[in-house]
Amino acid sequence: MATLEIHDLHVTVETGDSATGAREILKGVDLTVKQGETHAIMGPNGSGKSTLAYSLAGHPKYTITGGTVTLDGEDVLEMSVDERARAGLFLAMQYPVEVPGVSVSNFLRTSATAIRGEAPKLRTWVKEVKAAMEQLSMDTSFAERNVNEGFSGGEKKRHEILQLELLKPKIAILDETDSGLDVDALRVVSEGVNRVREGGEVGTLLITHYTRILRYIKPDFVHVFANGRIAESGGAELADQLEAEGYDKYVKGGATA
Amino acid sequence: MAEAQNIPAGSTTAGAIAVAAESTVATRMSAPPSFDVADFPVPNGREEEWRFTPLARLRGLHDGTAVANGTMKAQIDAPDVVTVESVERGDARIGKAGTPVDRIAAQAFSSFTKATVVTVPKEAVLTEPVRVALHGEGGTTFGHTVFDVQAFAEAVVVIDHTGDGVRAANVDFLVGDGAKLTVVSVQDWDDTAVHVSQHNVLIGRDATFKSIIVTFGGDLVRLHPRVTYAGPGGEAELFGLYFTDAGQHQEHRLLVDHSAPHCKSNVVYKGALQGQDAHAVWIGDVLIEKTAEGTDTYEMNRNLVLTDGARVDSVPNLEIETGEIVGAGHASATGRFDDEQLFYLQSRGIPADEARRLVVRGFFAELVQQIGVDDIEERLLSKIETELQGSV
Ligand SMILES: Nc1ncnc2c1ncn2[C@@H]1O[C@H](COP(=O)(O)OP(=O)(O)OP(=O)(O)O)[C@@H](O)[C@H]1O
Ligand SMILES: [Mg+2]
Repeated sequence: MATLEIHDLHVTVETGDSATGAREILKGVDLTVKQGETHAIMGPNGSGKSTLAYSLAGHPKYTITGGTVTLDGEDVLEMSVDERARAGLFLAMQYPVEVPGVSVSNFLRTSATAIRGEAPKLRTWVKEVKAAMEQLSMDTSFAERNVNEGFSGGEKKRHEILQLELLKPKIAILDETDSGLDVDALRVVSEGVNRVREGGEVGTLLITHYTRILRYIKPDFVHVFANGRIAESGGAELADQLEAEGYDKYVKGGATA
Repeated sequence: MAEAQNIPAGSTTAGAIAVAAESTVATRMSAPPSFDVADFPVPNGREEEWRFTPLARLRGLHDGTAVANGTMKAQIDAPDVVTVESVERGDARIGKAGTPVDRIAAQAFSSFTKATVVTVPKEAVLTEPVRVALHGEGGTTFGHTVFDVQAFAEAVVVIDHTGDGVRAANVDFLVGDGAKLTVVSVQDWDDTAVHVSQHNVLIGRDATFKSIIVTFGGDLVRLHPRVTYAGPGGEAELFGLYFTDAGQHQEHRLLVDHSAPHCKSNVVYKGALQGQDAHAVWIGDVLIEKTAEGTDTYEMNRNLVLTDGARVDSVPNLEIETGEIVGAGHASATGRFDDEQLFYLQSRGIPADEARRLVVRGFFAELVQQIGVDDIEERLLSKIETELQGSV
């Protein structure tokens, strides 16, 4: 059974300002995500949620200064970005990147080939992609467009979930997949995530600022993220409490740490 | 309209559509066209047509100090119906397609000893390409070549430049009425070569001309394809791709002069750049004269900057003297393949070198498909691979 274990993770980012130097963003994160579980991570703007997501995926901008991350006992921090993906980590990005010159269809196939270790059979692959796009209400003409180029915010998010469905990771990290989506798009995207979850083979880390998406995707655990660490953990009821009370209590508690 | 994204430091992507009574393309040149080098002042680098070119690296081609002291091995393979002649200066076919417009083209014209004329006779439809292999063996050479593709003939010409040397040349393409000519010109020089060439294309009535210019090598390459139409109904497709490496200067200047009515032109040039002081220049001048009603034209230049330190100057320029046209447009964009794109692709399991390959191949794909000559396409793809290996 796939397990992602994050222990006492500390991460800094270069500020680009020589006087300030590196700034610590993550200040000791502990979290274990198992296959089949859904963890919601909720927190105010700037608390470090995306930093956690990018650090797990291996973005070069972030420096790990302490702690460990393992996937089924394997040291994730030792792996390159692509090795992490092939090991079963997937990050749906808050701001997906435009890649000029590369068509979606070419991208998806190259990616699936890398993740699955062999090129998918062309006939079944074309059907698979088409079906997945239809379920996400994506026009099939997207396949011929360049990756994320000129996509609207909502289209980018659908494209991320399309990849999630096709790549079938062990651990999926969804960074604010709900932001910028209208109600219909939120439902479509959530259904996509739920289809993947129903297989019971993925552990999901759902990062969000709002409780809205949790009406569609029911979490097993809710963690409040504030000031670079998990401030409180609980069940789905914690989300209702946050909905009612907001993050004030956590922000004030740790603001000057 | 011109669009610009993510322009690397120091690069320019300017564009203009001018509606002018009088052509500024013509007035921007420092002297009127001429076959005589003496009619052109020695450039100092501030002239419009020289301002992007590093004169010091021209090995004297621009100031009269270059002397013909080199060897260019030429081999021409052509189907039997094609004739290949070596002719004296003064042959009526020489210079018929166009006149030198700058000092180096005029120098080449004043300095060549014998010209080569390749003729595809009337109505001959070639099933195999005409292949011209030019291999530089050092030193300076001047050349003049005429491809005379007569009425209703159909031909593919592949010109392949390899080796080392300093080369200045004029290449004329006479495309007869109703003829179809495709030209693939590959600049695969050693990294020390200098190559400056003006291409003059004269497109006959209802004739079709297509060119694919592929530039990889050279220390300095400056090509100047110029297209004019001898009658209505002509079509030109000008494609180009270049891969500019550290220290290389690769310049493509184009002119399409629409003087005849109901002609079409479509220009697509794409370049990838990598390495310190890689410099690509693209100038696209399209002129729609008063007499050219019914013109349909589009020009586009795209650049993909793979590393820091590279510079692109891209200047599309469209001048319209008549409103009676089907369409006219231009676009220029320079984007970069950056760490975020690399991260995105890698985060989908794609290794870094493959990610870079994916981006560059995807970028060039539509142009590679245009070549239609299998061995050249394959060579090009493997060349791209090799160039990319150098970058990782
Ligand atoms: N290069 C940098 N220099 C200085 N601070 C940075 C840099 N990059 C990120 N940060 C800071 O790190 C903190 C955490 O950012 P992060 O994007 O992880 O927050 P987040 O919780 O995802 O916020 P949001 O809800 O807005 O998405 C922010 O305060 C941000 O300003
Ligand atoms: Mg964020």
